[in-house]
Amino acid sequence: MSILEVSNLKKNFGSTRVLEGISFSMDEGEVLTIIGSSGSGKTTLLRCLNFLETPDSGVIKVKDDVLFDGSEQIRASEEEIRKKRLHFGLVFQSFNLFPQYTALQNVTLAPLLHFGDDPGKKAEIEKHAEELLGQMGLFDRMDNYPHELSGGQQQRVAIARALALKPDILCFDEPTSALDPELTGEVLKVIRNLAEKKTTMIIVTHEMSFAHDVSDKVIFMASGLIEESGTPEEVIDSPKNERTQQFLANYRKER
Amino acid sequence: MFLTVTLALLEGFLATLRLFVLTLLFALPLGLVISFGSMSKIQAIRLPIRFIIWVVRGTPLMLQLLVIYYGPGIILHTNVWGSGNGGRFIAALVAFVINYSCYFSEIYRGGIQSIPVGQYEAGQVLGMTKHQIFFKIVLLQVIKRIVPPISNEIITLVKDTSLARVIAVYEIIWEGQAFIKSAGIIWPLFYTGAFYLIFSGLLTVIFGKIEERLSYFR
Repeated sequence: MSILEVSNLKKNFGSTRVLEGISFSMDEGEVLTIIGSSGSGKTTLLRCLNFLETPDSGVIKVKDDVLFDGSEQIRASEEEIRKKRLHFGLVFQSFNLFPQYTALQNVTLAPLLHFGDDPGKKAEIEKHAEELLGQMGLFDRMDNYPHELSGGQQQRVAIARALALKPDILCFDEPTSALDPELTGEVLKVIRNLAEKKTTMIIVTHEMSFAHDVSDKVIFMASGLIEESGTPEEVIDSPKNERTQQFLANYRKER
Repeated sequence: MFLTVTLALLEGFLATLRLFVLTLLFALPLGLVISFGSMSKIQAIRLPIRFIIWVVRGTPLMLQLLVIYYGPGIILHTNVWGSGNGGRFIAALVAFVINYSCYFSEIYRGGIQSIPVGQYEAGQVLGMTKHQIFFKIVLLQVIKRIVPPISNEIITLVKDTSLARVIAVYEIIWEGQAFIKSAGIIWPLFYTGAFYLIFSGLLTVIFGKIEERLSYFR
């Protein structure tokens, strides 16, 4: 059974058509990578899944539960949207850690606000956060503030922060694009570890070899449409679509 | 003579201090309300508030003092401020609160709008409410950013209180100047300067401490 089903998702910004009907599905434990040049709508797609943008039409279903249906005219209340978006986690390109909180506090803030009322739960949340930061290789950095951490470390805190709410699907929006090349490796390694643990993930990335290694499925987007999708071998190694071929050829030239 | 002058100036300084403290007490929170109004998505709220801010910041505080004190009596033919020293003090306070809350509101607006949208979005994807995002994430970052401009404005207020003398609020300079006429001496005026210097020096130290307390994050 698919964990996520997106059908015919459309989104315009004014007169600019950003998503022109996106449909795909994915299974639990799968890693889906979205590639494509900038302006192709990848980021908007992720933002729609996380309710940072409201699609104009289309349907988003998680575990057969309809989270969004553009044909329903009634707008969901803020309260409902907050519950729905917890199915997803999002790791931003620019980390967006909260600067006034330590690494550990960044991870525990939201869970404590949501479930921290009883003291037993509080201890559990803190223990879970410490475990997550440990998994991210940040055991000795928990009490540091974001400005005391490198970009790679900050992004790993952000991943732990997103995982702390146990989302069904974890989304990454170009997680290494704001990092120096020597720091991308440590973040990609952490994502690889998550993939090995069968974490369901959607990753927007420009790291082709990483996408090739880690993905179960790759989607190539251009001009708001899915031009090609399939296994990494199909899409990255032997693309059939002309635009995919062109994109990958340009990409290889730059390297 | 020194004792007489000191006592007179202390009395004037008390009026200065009272005007200063009460202005802050009302203008700091009122400024926040005005800043929300000036950022409102509703035009019918935003535009009038922006207009008021423009008028208040664009005209001299001395003019505002005169209009607020004399205006109601002349236009409405009623003395809304009450009589005597107390009435003049209240009129001065109202003028200062209006003036300073507009200045503070612009500082707040700048501080709030300088917080990157990513901070709000990070809170949203973590399922936080608007209220939680403002109070748990945004507010402290705003405070950190506005402490320097607010402290600047507050030190200006210390000195601006002397403008209240145009409607005969007996603040410290009024008291000092009285000795020129009554005793033919100028040094009490320099003495008032010492009061201002010590007081603004004290405020500078306090704001320095606050900045230091907030320097643990960037």
